Amino acid sequence: MPVFKHPQILIASNLTDGEVLFLGPSGWERDHRRARVARSADEAAALEALGKRDISANRVVDVYLADVEIGSDGAPTPLHYREKMRVKGPSVRLDLGKQATGGAL
Amino acid sequence: MTAHDPEAMRRPNAPMTTYRYDEYDAAFVSERVAEFREQVRRRLSGALTEEEFRPFRLMNGLYLQLHAYMLRVAIPYGTLTARQMRRLADIAEKWDKGYGHFTTRQNLQYNWPKLVDTPDILESLADVEMHAIQTSGNCIRNVTADHFAGVAPDEIEDPRPTAEFLRQWSSLHSEFSFLPRKFKIAVTGAAHDRAAILVHDIGLRIVKNDTGEIGYQVVVGGGLGRSPFIGKVVGDFVPREDLLAFLEAILRVYNRFGRRDNKYKARVKILVHEKGIDEIRAAVEAEFAAMDRSAFAHDSEEFERIAAFFAPPPYDSLPATSASLRAAKLESPAFANFADVNVGAHKMPGYAIVTVSLKPIGGVPGDATSDQMRVLADASERFGFGELRVSHEQNIILPHVKQDDLLTLWRMLDAAGLATANAGLVSDIISCPGLDYCSLATARSIPIAQAISKRFSDMSRQRRIGKLGVKISGCINACGHHHVGAIGILGLEKKGQESYQITLGGDPTFSASIGEILGPGVTAEQVPDVVEHLVDYYLAEREEGEAFIDTWRRIGHARFKDVLRREGEDGADI
Ligand code: HEM
Ligand code: SF4
Repeated sequence: MPVFKHPQILIASNLTDGEVLFLGPSGWERDHRRARVARSADEAAALEALGKRDISANRVVDVYLADVEIGSDGAPTPLHYREKMRVKGPSVRLDLGKQATGGAL
Repeated sequence: MTAHDPEAMRRPNAPMTTYRYDEYDAAFVSERVAEFREQVRRRLSGALTEEEFRPFRLMNGLYLQLHAYMLRVAIPYGTLTARQMRRLADIAEKWDKGYGHFTTRQNLQYNWPKLVDTPDILESLADVEMHAIQTSGNCIRNVTADHFAGVAPDEIEDPRPTAEFLRQWSSLHSEFSFLPRKFKIAVTGAAHDRAAILVHDIGLRIVKNDTGEIGYQVVVGGGLGRSPFIGKVVGDFVPREDLLAFLEAILRVYNRFGRRDNKYKARVKILVHEKGIDEIRAAVEAEFAAMDRSAFAHDSEEFERIAAFFAPPPYDSLPATSASLRAAKLESPAFANFADVNVGAHKMPGYAIVTVSLKPIGGVPGDATSDQMRVLADASERFGFGELRVSHEQNIILPHVKQDDLLTLWRMLDAAGLATANAGLVSDIISCPGLDYCSLATARSIPIAQAISKRFSDMSRQRRIGKLGVKISGCINACGHHHVGAIGILGLEKKGQESYQITLGGDPTFSASIGEILGPGVTAEQVPDVVEHLVDYYLAEREEGEAFIDTWRRIGHARFKDVLRREGEDGADI
C-alpha cells in the first residue's frame, strides 16, 4: 500500500443551507473534532464512497477529503489554512460561522 | 406597477429619477421567481442533481461559497431607491445575518442565505423591482455606470438612460445567454472616468462631435483577472441610432470567434489581444454592414421614454454656495473634514454630492449592516429625493443633498458609524471578500485592508497623503481590481502560506494602466510596513500637487523598488 502522508477527513456543504459539514462516525457533523479520520488510502476511499452516497441522496454537495493533523486530544484539525478557515468561519467576523456558537475553536 | 407609481409619487421626497418597471418587466421577473421556486423544490426533493441544478441557481445569482451559499443581487448601474435599500436591509435581517456586502460591480452580496429561503428572498426583491438575474453565468452581466451620473458637473450626458437601454436589450438576450464567458459593460458620460470603462469587456464613453451630436466612443477588450488588459477603441464615434446594432455586431464577432476551448482564454480581451484591434474592428464593421439592422433599429421614442425616468428631480433654486455650510465648517473641524473630503461639487447651485464611506477604520470594506442601510435610506429621503447610488469603489453615494443640509446629514451618518471622512484616501480601500468568504480565494484580503486602514488611522495624515487607491484581491481573478490600484495587493499561496504580491502604478480611469510588480511576495504582517515605506518615499519625493500615481509615473518604478530593497538591507526584512 502506498505511504499515506497525512490522515484525512471528509468535508462537505449541507445542501439546504450550505453549512460546512464533516463526516462523523454516524453521519454528518457540524464540529470537525467529531470527524472520522482516515489513516490509510483504503479508509479514505471508504469515506469518499460514503460521501458519494450522500451526494446521491441529496444531503450534501461539494464533498472532498482534506489533510489533517491529530491533536493531543485525538481530534483532527485541517492542515491547510483554507480548511482551517472553513472549520471556524470568517476570520474577520468572529461572531459569525461555527466559531460564533463555540462549535469549533 | 405602472411607470409612475402614484403611491410613490405622492410622497414628498419620492424618487423620480430612477427607472420603474412596466408590466412587462414585472411579469417577467415574477415568472422567473416562480420558475426558480419550482427548481429549488425539485432540487430538494432529489428530482434534480447538483449538476442539473447548478446552472439554474447560477442563473439566479446563487453561488456556493466557503461557509454558505451566496446570493448576488443586481443593482443596475448602481442606482437604488430608498424603498429598495430598506428592502435590502430587511432581507439581510430576515434571511441573512444582518448585513450585506456592496461590491465593485455595483451589486450587493448576501453571504449566508439558505437555499430553501432563496425563492422567498427573490420574491421579496421582485416586489421592489429587483432581482439576481444575469449576476452570474456567461451572459451580459449587470451594466455598470458612473456613480455620479446625472449630477456631476463634468458630465456630457447622464449615462443611465444608455445603461438602462442596454439592460433591456441584454436581459435574456437569447443569442448572448451562452457566450464563451461572462461579459461586462460599463458606461460613462463624463469628462472624468468613474466607471473604469477601460477595464471592461466593453466600455462606452458618451461623447459629443463637432456638430454637437451625441454619440459613443466604444472600447473593447479591457479586463482584469489572470491576464489584465486595457481596452482598445473599436468605434471612435458611434451615433446613438447605431449603438445597439454596433454592440450586437461586437458580441456576434466575440460569440463566433471567442475561444471556448480554454476558460482562461475565453474573454473578449484575449480575442482582441490575439487578433489585434484592427482585425477585430474590421470584423465588427463587416458584421455591422452585413447584418439585418432593422431588429436593432434605434427607437428614439423608447430612448426618450427611458430617459424621462432619469429626469432631474425638482431641485430648489439656491445660491451657489451656502452661508450656513461655511459657518458649520468653522464651528466643527470634524464636519469640515468630512465636507472637504467626502462632499463633491454638484451641477446644480447649492447642492452637493455626498460619498458615504463603507470603509470605517479597521472595518470590512463594502459591508453595511441592516441598520446602516436603513439610515442611508432615511437620509436619502430626508435629504436627497430618496435616491442612492452604489459606487464601484464599494461606497454609497447620496447624489442630491442641499449644502444647507450637510451638517444635519453628517450628524445622522456619524451616529450610525457612516461618517468616515476618507473618500479617495489611503483607507478607502477596495477589497474583495477573499478567503474569509470566497471559495476561489488563495489568501485573505479583508484583514490586509483592515491592517492598512488601522496603520493609517490618523485622518490628518491621510489627508496629507492625498488621493491614493489601494486595491486588494484574494486571488488572481482580480475582483478587488488590484491591477488598477496605485498600490495593488494580490493574495497568493506560497509554500502553504498566505503571501502578498504588490504592484504599483495601476490606474482605472481614462489614463488607465496596469500596475507593475514590486518584488517577491511578502507576508500578511509585512504588507502595512511595505505600504508605509512606499507612502513615505512618495511624500519625500512628490512635487506640488502630485498624487501618488503621478510621482510614481514621473520618477519611475525602479526608484520605488530600490527604496524597498534598501529598507530590506537595513534589516527591515521586506
Ligand atoms: C465571492 C464570490 C465571487 C466569486 C466566486 C467570483 C468569481 C470571479 C471570477 C471567477 C472572476 C474571473 C473571471 C475572469 O477574468 O474570467 C472574477 C472577476 C471579477 N470579479 Fe468576482 N467573484 C466573487 C466576488 C466578487 C466580488 C465581491 C466582487 C466585487 C467586490 C467581484 C467583482 C469582480 C470583478 C470586478 C472581476 C474582474 C474581472 C474582469 O475583468 O472581468 N467579484 N470573479
Ligand atoms: S478575487 Fe478571487 S478571492 Fe477575491 S472575490 Fe474574486 S474570486 Fe474570490
